[in-house]
Amino acid sequence: MSSKGVPLFPEAASSFATNVDNLYLFIIAVSVFFGVAVIIAMVAFGIIFKQKKPGEVGERIEGNLALELLWSIIPTIISMVMFGWGAQAFFEMRVPPAETMTVYAVGKQWMWKFQHPEGAREINELHVPLGKAVKVLITSEDVLHSLYFPSFRTKMDAIPGRYSQLWFEATKTGTYHIFCTEYCGTNHSGMIGSVVVMEPQEYQAWLAGGSVGGTLAERGEKLFSELACSTCHMDSGQGRGPSLANIVGATAELADGTTVVRDENYLRESIINSQAKIVKGYQPLMPAFQGLINEENLVALVEYVKTKSPAARPTPAPAAAPAASTATTDGMQTPSATGGKN
Amino acid sequence: MLDTLKLPDHHYLNDGHGLKSWLLTKDHKRIAMMYLISITVMFALGGFFAAGVRLELMTPQGDLFLADTYNKFFTMHGVVMVFFFLIPSTPAVLGNFLIPPMVGAKDLAFPRINLLSLYIFWLGAAFFFYALFSGGVDTGWTFYTPFSSFSSNTNVVPTALGVFISGFSSILTGLNFIVTIHRMRAPGLSWFKLPLFVWAHYATSLIQVLGTPVVAITIIMVFVERAFGFGIFDPVRGGDPVLFQHLFWFYSHPAVYIMIVPALGVMSELISTFTRKTIFGYSFVAFSSLAIAVFGFIVWAHHMFVAGISPYSALVFSFLSFSVAIPSAVKVFNWTATLWKGSISFEPPMLYAYGFMGLFLVGGLTGLFLATLGTDIHLHDTYFVVAHFHYIMVGGAIMGYIGGIHFWWPKMTGRMYSEFGARMSAILVFVGFNLTFFPQFILGYMGMPRRYHAYPDEFQVLNIMSSAGAGVLGIGYILPVIYLTYSLTRGKAAGPNPWGASGLEWQTQSPPVTANFTEPPVVPAEPYEYTPHVAREANLV
Amino acid sequence: MSNAVAHADAHGHAVHHPELQHHFETMQQQKEASTFGMWLFLLTEVLFFGGIFFAYLLYRMWYFDAFAEASRDLDLVLGGFNTVVLIGSSLTMAFAVRAAQTGSSSGTVRWLILTMFLGAVFLGVKVIEYSHKFEVGHVPGPNFHSTSQWAAQEQIFYSLYFTMTGLHAVHMIVGIVILAVITRMAAQGRFNESYHTPVEMTGLYWHFVDLVWIYLFPLLYLVERHN
Repeated sequence: MSSKGVPLFPEAASSFATNVDNLYLFIIAVSVFFGVAVIIAMVAFGIIFKQKKPGEVGERIEGNLALELLWSIIPTIISMVMFGWGAQAFFEMRVPPAETMTVYAVGKQWMWKFQHPEGAREINELHVPLGKAVKVLITSEDVLHSLYFPSFRTKMDAIPGRYSQLWFEATKTGTYHIFCTEYCGTNHSGMIGSVVVMEPQEYQAWLAGGSVGGTLAERGEKLFSELACSTCHMDSGQGRGPSLANIVGATAELADGTTVVRDENYLRESIINSQAKIVKGYQPLMPAFQGLINEENLVALVEYVKTKSPAARPTPAPAAAPAASTATTDGMQTPSATGGKN
Repeated sequence: MLDTLKLPDHHYLNDGHGLKSWLLTKDHKRIAMMYLISITVMFALGGFFAAGVRLELMTPQGDLFLADTYNKFFTMHGVVMVFFFLIPSTPAVLGNFLIPPMVGAKDLAFPRINLLSLYIFWLGAAFFFYALFSGGVDTGWTFYTPFSSFSSNTNVVPTALGVFISGFSSILTGLNFIVTIHRMRAPGLSWFKLPLFVWAHYATSLIQVLGTPVVAITIIMVFVERAFGFGIFDPVRGGDPVLFQHLFWFYSHPAVYIMIVPALGVMSELISTFTRKTIFGYSFVAFSSLAIAVFGFIVWAHHMFVAGISPYSALVFSFLSFSVAIPSAVKVFNWTATLWKGSISFEPPMLYAYGFMGLFLVGGLTGLFLATLGTDIHLHDTYFVVAHFHYIMVGGAIMGYIGGIHFWWPKMTGRMYSEFGARMSAILVFVGFNLTFFPQFILGYMGMPRRYHAYPDEFQVLNIMSSAGAGVLGIGYILPVIYLTYSLTRGKAAGPNPWGASGLEWQTQSPPVTANFTEPPVVPAEPYEYTPHVAREANLV
Repeated sequence: MSNAVAHADAHGHAVHHPELQHHFETMQQQKEASTFGMWLFLLTEVLFFGGIFFAYLLYRMWYFDAFAEASRDLDLVLGGFNTVVLIGSSLTMAFAVRAAQTGSSSGTVRWLILTMFLGAVFLGVKVIEYSHKFEVGHVPGPNFHSTSQWAAQEQIFYSLYFTMTGLHAVHMIVGIVILAVITRMAAQGRFNESYHTPVEMTGLYWHFVDLVWIYLFPLLYLVERHN
């Protein structure tokens, strides 16, 4: 990172960073133009129309409709340009491309835990390959956090009880900051780390050295049998629970007649709070795993179930976690966190 | 000649002596003066916490305070400044003092409720002081759940109750203003003859009455979670922490306008008086206050673009956020146009008005970066946001408030203050403010998050500039306390209308009698009428 | 609310009414200010309750089954009885206002006392309901007890139940205190045909508090009673 003099920009190291910087410069240009124009007018009028002698009064000018319209409409038009460009940049950031690799991030007071599908797990450090779209699924074990990559110009809150996501494609190798930007208590400012962008080959080599205990999906598969999920969810479809093959990304009809797209948030909810959305034709027999499984193991299970849907593309919908408008939130795994304090 | 001016024999300040005559008063002017003293104490306290924050941030390591102490400092800075200084500042002091004389009334519609709201404010502040002296609070002024409900182990409950209680002070003040403006106007004083100060307070009062109850109930919901272990926003039980944010910002974004709109009203008075002409586009300025108040209620989710809300709702809220920028821009353009062909003089209040316009302009324009989705994702919760809202809150609201104090001080106390001191203060505040907060825009784009106790080394240079500026700013704020206090006993008598201003409040003596007017005020044919006659009289006496 | 012009002085009071405060010109201006102020205050109350109603509606939509199940455990008989009591108290309040308008001090006092009595009955029944919740462990928090598969979300229902009815009860208590003050003023003969604004304002407040209950009752007690 450049540290000569006073830098004005962080490194631009993602595919959309330059677009954001250009948008920023555009708004600066507009602001400077209007700001300077108004300030020059203020100062100039102050000098030209300075009171000449005591008792002098200003000319009574009540207004001018044309001027009012002009300076209402022109800023409106310019702000619509900002809005449009901003929306374009925003959707670029929010909608991941069809092909992505997924990394799971869990925020916890006060650290970031990352898990790669290949099995590598890291804390406060994230290794990613250059030139590849990386989707990060984010959740929290306790309070709100926010995962911020200033050099990638993107961030997303970590919300307990649901997955949110961001994506980026790194365009420059190097080591960049990771910050937590949602205040989370004592060591909020210590909840920082670095993202290391590596050449793809180096990344593969790093992955190979890091995966103790098998891939994430393998860990999930182990949990799947340990927790006896496999006794009901049989691939044959003959079990008491629905088959989990080829379900991710597909639509399912629920017992109450509504339909739902089965994405990661659906899988998460169906494990934690299994009664919430029962697939049509099945009994609500599955126990709720709330309080019995932690976020990291949950992620492994979700990843395992996803491997059973090889054809599924990662959900291309702009699913930055269904928000308050849909019913997806559910509990986290630490019931000890309940109970009031002073 | 100046020396011949004397304070009137009977006025509201000597109408009754002793503590009881103040504590049981129903006079809006005395209540305003008690608010003035109360919020000045709170401003000093908030400033003390700000000083702590800036001192800590001079070095990248968190080496001055423990992290928990620092977190309490910025939290209590925010709580004190927002709820106990900015929200009451201009309305409770200047609005309280001036709205009745400006509409030609003897008092507000409900004098006892006005006094009650002062006591409620004190009660809320007492809860806050209890929280402070028993260890403080560290949730940030936004009280985000689940941190505030289940994680923080500081005094959230008394602080929340303090904020809840003081909210009712704000509601009652707003209610009083609305009824007064509707029902107490002097005969002949129609809506479009009202000073823009009154229009601005009308808009503010609407927000106070409509918004504050929502944050009150939200605080109650956090309170029952924390005090009784209930679960409303608790994710463990299926609750939604994001719902808290929706409810909180539904009030707290409009609350920004509770702080700034009254200051916009002050500006219109100052600019009109010191250009000796009417405000350009009076009705546009008046309605832009109402437009800001109304639009202010439909932009709250722009605080939540990275809180996992649907991208489509983000789109809508970004669009609406621009709509609130337009009426603000209209005001600035109209003020600038008012300067055209004016007879401009630079008495101290006008210096504050000029400073205000410059800073409010920067604050407003930098808001564009945050309404724009593409840039907000990067800037959200960084120092850019901190700088932006300080330009609005400090550069705007506080500049307006202090400018207003300088303008109406002769009316409130009957005496003039040191003009030299006032000029020095205006300049120091302007320079110190820019030095403090402009570097924070750059820090924000560099990626420095807010509420950080320690930070990476590359941010240090800008942070030192900011801390140095805060020192200058502090001196700029201490000066008025000195020369205004000094003027209380030693200041020259001001006379009824020292600035040659046009409002009804200048038709009565300074300080006014308890009933405001000794004879019914003459309502002018037009708002902001300046005749050479009035102006000359004012300049000569 | 009347939007009539404030200064229209239809009666042209020449004599200074003893209850006219110094800063008002006429009794009518004073009364209009009070009425307007009271309606504004009730507007803030609507928004106050509106925040928690919004939270209720959101969660009811998300967790309808949990809400329906938890709602079945509420005592419909006691809730229904209280609804009748409260509607009755609105009626007695209306009679009190009428008595004040016609200048009957003794009638005003009698109806106000009856209103307070009904308010107290409501609160007494509420105490019975609350204590039952404590006994069976339906108070959300560490001691919450439910065998339902929806136990977690039922806690949200009960959190809202206690907060909403608790706030309503606080409003009732405040209302009874105000009624007591007004009753005393009525007993002293302060009200007559030309001055009875405090009774009317108290009536507005009391009707509002009743109205809140009229919404709370179906929302909390009748979530899924139709089957």
